[in-house]
Amino acid sequence: MVDQDTPPRRARLASTGARAAVETVFGEQPRGDKVSGLVFRSLMMLALAMALVMLVSLIIYSAWRGWGRLDLDMITEKPSRIRPERAGYGPALLGSLYMILGVIVLVVPIGVGAAVYLEEYAKRDRWYNRLIELNIQNLAGVPSIVFGILGLAFIARGPIGLGLVVATGSITLTLLVLPTVIIAAREAIRAVPPSIREGSLALGATQWQTISRQVLPAAAPGILTGVILAVARAMGEAAPLLLVGAAGFTPFLPLLFDGQYSALPVQIYRNAVEPREEFQTLAFAGVILMLVVLLAMNSFAVWLRNRYERRW
Amino acid sequence: MRPQQVTMERKDAEREAVFELRNVSVFYGSQKAVNDVSMDIYRNTITALIGPSGCGKSTLLRSLNRMNDLIPDARVEGEVLYQGADMYSPRVNPVQVRKKIGMVFQRPNPFPKSIYDNVAFGPRTLGMTGDMDEIVERALRGAALWDDVKDRLKDNAYGMSGGQQQRLCIARAIATEPEVILMDEPCSALDPVSTGRIEDLMLELKERFTIVVVTHNMQQAARVSDMTAFLMVQMGADEHSRWGELVEYDETNRIFTNPADERTDNYVSGRIG
Repeated sequence: MVDQDTPPRRARLASTGARAAVETVFGEQPRGDKVSGLVFRSLMMLALAMALVMLVSLIIYSAWRGWGRLDLDMITEKPSRIRPERAGYGPALLGSLYMILGVIVLVVPIGVGAAVYLEEYAKRDRWYNRLIELNIQNLAGVPSIVFGILGLAFIARGPIGLGLVVATGSITLTLLVLPTVIIAAREAIRAVPPSIREGSLALGATQWQTISRQVLPAAAPGILTGVILAVARAMGEAAPLLLVGAAGFTPFLPLLFDGQYSALPVQIYRNAVEPREEFQTLAFAGVILMLVVLLAMNSFAVWLRNRYERRW
Repeated sequence: MRPQQVTMERKDAEREAVFELRNVSVFYGSQKAVNDVSMDIYRNTITALIGPSGCGKSTLLRSLNRMNDLIPDARVEGEVLYQGADMYSPRVNPVQVRKKIGMVFQRPNPFPKSIYDNVAFGPRTLGMTGDMDEIVERALRGAALWDDVKDRLKDNAYGMSGGQQQRLCIARAIATEPEVILMDEPCSALDPVSTGRIEDLMLELKERFTIVVVTHNMQQAARVSDMTAFLMVQMGADEHSRWGELVEYDETNRIFTNPADERTDNYVSGRIG
């Protein structure tokens, strides 16, 4: 019976004893708790896995189908209905970049201005301010095609009548993402503690000086992140641009207020509906190109946020 | 019960009143927060406002640089004279008032900027001329902070300790060269050592500025102030209406050793409040 007292056995006895002691004190954990916890956790992981699998398979499939055209021509060449094997996204890429620049130039001052008004000047208890707030929330959920019709009726034709040009696309996309930018900017402005405003006002700064020199610089990282995410969304929109004249196969480089233009998502769509196999390949290659551009923009947003993030 | 009006005729000859409060009441909407306060605050003294929570001492303090204007529905009745001029006259811009009357808050609230920029913000915003480095150095020396931070002026102010941050806020306030500094429980978020340094600093600063300080800490009032005002909560006829009233205002010495009002005696000796 000597070998029964070996160290492993003693350890086992000790741990059994410890477990018994713990159970006497705290009670045994109900079996149901363990099971339901496990089930819940598995379901969450499954949900995450589904999202990831979709995304990864999309990228892999597009890369596989578009592999033959992941070349420099795809980026620089003009689109063509006749020779898809040499055609590319040059004008469309440039059109998208022009349009996005326009969106940034328009959406930043308007979006931030509206957010500053709502957060810093508007009196919450006035009915018209509440109405504006409610409508901005609703506007963020309006389908993009509706903005396309608005752009066609009021900007391309109608009172503004710019025609079917890049600027029209820019303005339409600006209207589309403006609510998102306003909401993001408001969040960022609201996150600046009131004590900062008080400190500034107590020094004899005016309200405008306080906003422009304290509140906006402190809110800038949050605002920037919101702007970049909104712009990334604008970049990927095809539906409203189809209505305001983004052409499929324009060989010309776009001008702001004149001539035909195209955009990446629209060009991808036009290529995808062509019957020949080479067009399909080109469309998949376009998907990869757009994903790369979007990923670059999102990475930039994350980098900005991390770089300027503040804590109070 | 009417608050006891203390007249200071004996001292008036030698003291110059910076603030004269005449029947000042402060309302938030229809709710009265401070009722009918009359008192004079004298140049180059430290005046302490003491009293239990909710007695309106912070509200009263914030009516001295029109910070209450920032609260919607806040209203001041009566007269607040600053150097003889009605501070609440419609022709007075609150921004002009705050340039002359600085403020330090309960919790240190440095701007999310460098130490240097925190101090320089006021002078720059007010368009003060002169060498900015010199202005910043003078303010930091004035707040007894220069030796601590002279080698890291470009560092973010959030890296400082709480006590240093509060002294930075004082430096920021004196950089614009106001005439009065209002302090709203400036030490309530600080440890005893930092509190001691701020109190020493207050005694230095009163040579150049007039200081009004709200404090929860009676020992602090006794240690630093020249004059003390004791406020108390009054209950109205119904449960919901309550406001602060000035019970007694006198030299600190007298308030703490031989107050005229029994309620003051009870409060400073720790029997109530």
